[in-house]
Amino acid sequence: MDFYFSQFLTGLAGAASLFLVASGLSIIFGVTRIVNFAHGAFYMAGAYIAWSLTERLEGAVGFWGGLVIAAIAVAALGALVEIVLLRRIYHAPELFQLLATFGVTLVFQDLAVMIWGPEDLVGRRAPGLRGAVDVFGQAIPAYDLFLIVLGPTVLGLLWLLFHKTRFGVLVRAATQDRDMVAALGVNQKWLFTAVFALGVFLAALGGALQLPRGGVNHAMDLQIIVEVFVVVVVGGLGSVPGAFVAALLVSELNAFGILVLPQVSLVLVFLVMAVVLVIRPFGLFGRPEGPARASVSATVRPWQPLGTSGRVLAVAAIAAAACLPLVAGNYILAVGSELLIFALFAASLQFIMSTGGLVSFGHAAYFGLGAYGAALVTKAFGLPMLGGIASGVALASIGAVVFGWFCVRLTGVYLAMLTLAFAQIAWSVAFQWTAVTGGDNGILGVWPDGWASRPGAFYWLCLTAAALGIAALRVVVFSPFGFAMRALRDSPLRSEAIGIDRKRTQWTAFVIAGAAAGLAGALFAYLKGSVFPDTLGIPTSVDGLVMVLLGGVETVSGAVIGAILFRALTIFLMSYTDASKLVLGLLIIVLVVAFPRGVVGTLSGLLARLGARPSATPAMAGSGQARGGTP
Amino acid sequence: MLEVGALNGWYGPAHILSDVDLDVGTGDVVALLGRNGAGKSTTFKAIVGLLGKRTGHIVFDGRDVSTASTHAIVRAGLGYVPEDRRIFTELSVMENLEVGRQPPRADAPTWTPDRLFALFPNLAEMRNRLGGRMSGGEQQMLTIARTLMGNPRLVLLDEPSEGLAPKIVEEMAHAILAMKREGLSIVISEQNLHFARLICDRAVILESGRVRFSGTIAELEARPEIRDAYLAL
Ligand SMILES: Nc1ncnc2c1ncn2[C@@H]1O[C@H](COP(=O)(O)OP(=O)(O)OP(=O)(O)O)[C@@H](O)[C@H]1O
Ligand SMILES: [Mg+2]
Repeated sequence: MDFYFSQFLTGLAGAASLFLVASGLSIIFGVTRIVNFAHGAFYMAGAYIAWSLTERLEGAVGFWGGLVIAAIAVAALGALVEIVLLRRIYHAPELFQLLATFGVTLVFQDLAVMIWGPEDLVGRRAPGLRGAVDVFGQAIPAYDLFLIVLGPTVLGLLWLLFHKTRFGVLVRAATQDRDMVAALGVNQKWLFTAVFALGVFLAALGGALQLPRGGVNHAMDLQIIVEVFVVVVVGGLGSVPGAFVAALLVSELNAFGILVLPQVSLVLVFLVMAVVLVIRPFGLFGRPEGPARASVSATVRPWQPLGTSGRVLAVAAIAAAACLPLVAGNYILAVGSELLIFALFAASLQFIMSTGGLVSFGHAAYFGLGAYGAALVTKAFGLPMLGGIASGVALASIGAVVFGWFCVRLTGVYLAMLTLAFAQIAWSVAFQWTAVTGGDNGILGVWPDGWASRPGAFYWLCLTAAALGIAALRVVVFSPFGFAMRALRDSPLRSEAIGIDRKRTQWTAFVIAGAAAGLAGALFAYLKGSVFPDTLGIPTSVDGLVMVLLGGVETVSGAVIGAILFRALTIFLMSYTDASKLVLGLLIIVLVVAFPRGVVGTLSGLLARLGARPSATPAMAGSGQARGGTP
Repeated sequence: MLEVGALNGWYGPAHILSDVDLDVGTGDVVALLGRNGAGKSTTFKAIVGLLGKRTGHIVFDGRDVSTASTHAIVRAGLGYVPEDRRIFTELSVMENLEVGRQPPRADAPTWTPDRLFALFPNLAEMRNRLGGRMSGGEQQMLTIARTLMGNPRLVLLDEPSEGLAPKIVEEMAHAILAMKREGLSIVISEQNLHFARLICDRAVILESGRVRFSGTIAELEARPEIRDAYLAL
């Protein structure tokens, strides 16, 4: 009993930081409508800067002052990011906002390694709170008690700020109707900057307060952002009290999950989240959003299947690709196989995202499930490779059936955050369930059968799978089912009114995309001969998104070009620079801000403008055309 | 005070306003009349910079504001009351007023919550009521009061009488006349003459985004054919 009590207090203490970060994210979302993926990065920056300050400043004043100064410094940095970057993308689709702020996260990750080195850092203990306090016969760390008091205190202070100051009243007004606030003479720009800085301040303070508890490390940004997404989805985006209650809930689940399901404790949190979402799709304290806008901007010129010249080009491209083994060596063939695998992966993501309008931020789940499905069956039953690939596709499809059932209940950013959370469940199972998945060590020795063991043969296998898979996806896009998907994307209300079953259609689309991604994942397992949890990780999901973005979100075939360009670029970056995340992050930001239509979109736009046809709406012209010369 | 010339406005590709001219002198009360969809609200939105695309010149108080941002135009003393009221439903009456508050201006009447409660006595009894818990008429009074908190020199009122009971319309007319006595310039959009006749000196009639008539109320009354052609009954 006593033990449970102390575990309960640990949970309460853990809730403090979680609440700070989540409330910051919620406040920012309420006013700016941006889900700030970089919130985890600001949390981490707060911890690192606080570490440096507390190492240098003496005594209790130095320690506590250091934490606060760190949070203020990071808030200033946040304001800078808002002014330089976010102001340019407030009207962009939410996918672009998530991606750009993820780009900021990547940049921070590399900067942190450059400045503070790769090792974990241990923080100073809090002066005056070093010992333990006896509570009902249990020794509870004094710092934990401090955090337990801090959470409600911050909640109270925020309440005062929002109800007793002009700034707070403006923020609440802007949360409801920001244009009306501007029409009353308030400068939205600075209101947004101030709100963003406040949210970042809370995140950075949450990070700084972790110093005496767990120190600082490089994984804390992504780790917290996933937990925070869960908290705000459960509590309701935009609601500070919701963030408070949900932070307590999630933190207690973490504390007790270890006792109940030590193998897969993380899953418990996600299960609770899934239940909450089914009962209250907008979270415990959230309110339904207004009519959801299309997640990726709609095309003016409708997509068409390839014309004759397009088909000829596509066949020629495949034929040319098929000749590669005749001229290239093993290394090039391995790279070629990888490019083909990622082309298929990106095409499956493009399918769900551009055709279906469902922004998946966790598409790696299906890729990884495909890889694990193949690897597990190969190792456990010694099935031949084709059986392994089939199992991979099956496992990925099952994952898509389960996750998709929940996801299609939501729209917009909620959907994006939920897909991310589900991918994280899959990741945590792979990571924690060592007995089956090997945990961090992965599964080794997953090699193709003899007939496909030569790099050339495996390359042909990948080419066949990718060509057939992508062709199949295209057939679906231009089938009546694909039209239903696009109708739902462009106008959910009207489509449902003419009798299209939204949930069923989108659910099916999820499964189709999941199966295709699973096929890519299974091939990837055999290509590498091994599977690790990071095939399911956030970076893999984001890689997929960047490929689609690079090729052009609004095109049908952009994903293929994007995947090839992106993968080639990363392989190149890995071998030439240590700061690959920094470069990648900057690349994402530049793409989002300057080339939101991607390579294929920009090129076909140029072609359309050069061509004879005068276009009615130059800005959008050609965006939907597939001219990449790929199937 | 306000000089609008050759104003054109678009919603996306749809060209809505064509060469609208509108002049408002200091202390004038002008009616902007027209049927449903004539372009009255769009004209107001274009003036305060809420329209995606507009061209033409807009001079307010001797200052060219045709490219200024919404908050800058409003801060220069041009108040705007939207047709759909857009009360902050989660905020109390006092908080709604606080959002509209701007520093006092030497050349315009200065409003405080107490002065506004004298102007709209209904509001005085519900200072802490949430905006969402008020009747349509009360909300309409609150939107006007909220805009007056910015101490404007000129107010654009978009259909203040829409959907209100006759008794409330009368109270509204009294309030607007009181605002006029304070020296405010006012432009009121309406679909018909009933309300405008009570308080306005001049009228401008829009149809399909073009000005079809501009003159005094008396001149308009003398030409029933214009009223019949362009106004609702
Ligand atoms: N958001 C919008 N997008 C596209 N067109 C619009 C939009 N709002 C109004 N319109 C069109 O612009 C024209 C003028 O509309 P406006 O709202 O200015 O009319 P109004 O004179 O205020 O009418 P009412 O008396 O009904 O308020 C109408 O034809 C209308 O259909
Ligand atoms: Mg109108």
